[in-house]
Amino acid sequence: MGIPGTWRLRNQRLALIGEVCHTCGKKIFPPRDVCPDCAREAQHVFRFSGRGEIYSFTTVFNPPAGFEEYAPYTVALVKLEEGPIVTAQLTDVEPDQVAIGQPVEMVTRKLQDESHAGVISYGYKFRPRMQAT
Amino acid sequence: MRGVSIIGVGQTPVGEHWDRSLRHLAYEAVSAALQDAGIEGAHAMYVGNMLSGEISNQSHLGALIADFCGLRGIEAVKIEAACGSGAAAVRMGYLAVASGVHDLVICVGVEKMTDDVGGKLTAALAQAADAEYELAHGITFVGLNALLMRRYMYEYGVRHEDFAEFSINAHANAVGNSYAMFRRPITLEDFKHADMICDPINLLDSSPMADGAAAVVLCPTEQAHAFKGKPVRIVGSALTTDCLSIHDRRDPLWLQAAEDSARRAYVQAGVTPQDIDLFELHDAFTIMSALSLEACGFAERGKGWQLAVEGQIRPDGRIPICTMGGLKARGHPVGATGVYQIVEAVLQLRGEAGACQIPNARLAMTQNIGGSGATIITHILEAEE
Repeated sequence: MGIPGTWRLRNQRLALIGEVCHTCGKKIFPPRDVCPDCAREAQHVFRFSGRGEIYSFTTVFNPPAGFEEYAPYTVALVKLEEGPIVTAQLTDVEPDQVAIGQPVEMVTRKLQDESHAGVISYGYKFRPRMQAT
Repeated sequence: MRGVSIIGVGQTPVGEHWDRSLRHLAYEAVSAALQDAGIEGAHAMYVGNMLSGEISNQSHLGALIADFCGLRGIEAVKIEAACGSGAAAVRMGYLAVASGVHDLVICVGVEKMTDDVGGKLTAALAQAADAEYELAHGITFVGLNALLMRRYMYEYGVRHEDFAEFSINAHANAVGNSYAMFRRPITLEDFKHADMICDPINLLDSSPMADGAAAVVLCPTEQAHAFKGKPVRIVGSALTTDCLSIHDRRDPLWLQAAEDSARRAYVQAGVTPQDIDLFELHDAFTIMSALSLEACGFAERGKGWQLAVEGQIRPDGRIPICTMGGLKARGHPVGATGVYQIVEAVLQLRGEAGACQIPNARLAMTQNIGGSGATIITHILEAEE
């Protein structure tokens, strides 16, 4: 993704900013401007907590172009506390330590280094939730 | 609305065609379909294709393929709906004939995948998903299906080997199809020990990348007997959509667009799932077969895999699927696949499916899926009495 596209997504990638529908109350991520449940306009900003649990996960051994240097890596569907599911990589955890239902939290990590002339993009990944002892 | 019939079909073998380009593959299928119908041309052509821009540096396939087939000047346009492009092109042809705009339409699905391998092809296929919110996180198309399959296994308590029969059936059926890519049977042991691609999906859960082209010729049913072939009627045709991303679905384990398009097709045809004699479904991965059978009313939620385990999907079972190999063993040239399914259904209904023939097949259903469920096209075909 080029510079303008990366810039446009900065609030979502770096702060999990989505939307809330003031008609039906649905929390929306990724933002889509129209509520998928009630089809009304929903452009009110809502910042997600970044807390959720693993809905499903897989480890990618055959990466698409641009991700070769990171493979293997684990990608999950994370169900956020507020309702939506997001697709994101897991970090700070070995693949065999991941389980459905595991509590996770958002952290900011490098998503892709396009090297040479490209953009180094950062965004959300999720790690097992840290707990104070 | 006019009734629409298929009066000609053509296909190339599915495989690695190093010696033939996109346009040559399309021509081979179109030429075979025209010959089958006993005609020399048509009024319009709809070209189903997904990857020509990414893999062959070639857009603008409508004009290219029509001209290359000797049909310069006709209406021709490319239709794209990821892996659902082929049946989407047939749907557009159906609309053109049913509406009365055109009397003779060619729908051709063509894909040239093997000119590139590895990461570039993987990335191109993944464009069926959401670039900003799925692909940016390094997920592949196999990976998206793996996310579904793991959740399915977790939620319904299903083991990986419970999916084996989907692939075993597909391979067994492909043995009799001379156009299929993998004409060899596989065993449960082969399935259990296949290389992992994206856990839990292994190599034998997955359909292969391939080159190929398939074509059908459509005309109004009322004119269909004027041509030399044995016509097959399209009695149901529906295209529906869902959100692009799995994470946006209301229930990731339910193919809402499959349910919607199948229901519309059933209503239009005036039939129920019990009436269907064979079902060419979109078995890009074994998990998709289970989800499709559930969404289309052949199994209850979470129980699609049981039809496979019980042998109900085999040629002699209650609902034979992938009767000529399916995506798994015939091969999955993505934008051509939906047309292959329809060609195979026509051969079954004409009684010309050879060793793959389902006895007394009268009503066949085909379902082609774009992405992991975002565009779903269902057709129901009926043999002429």
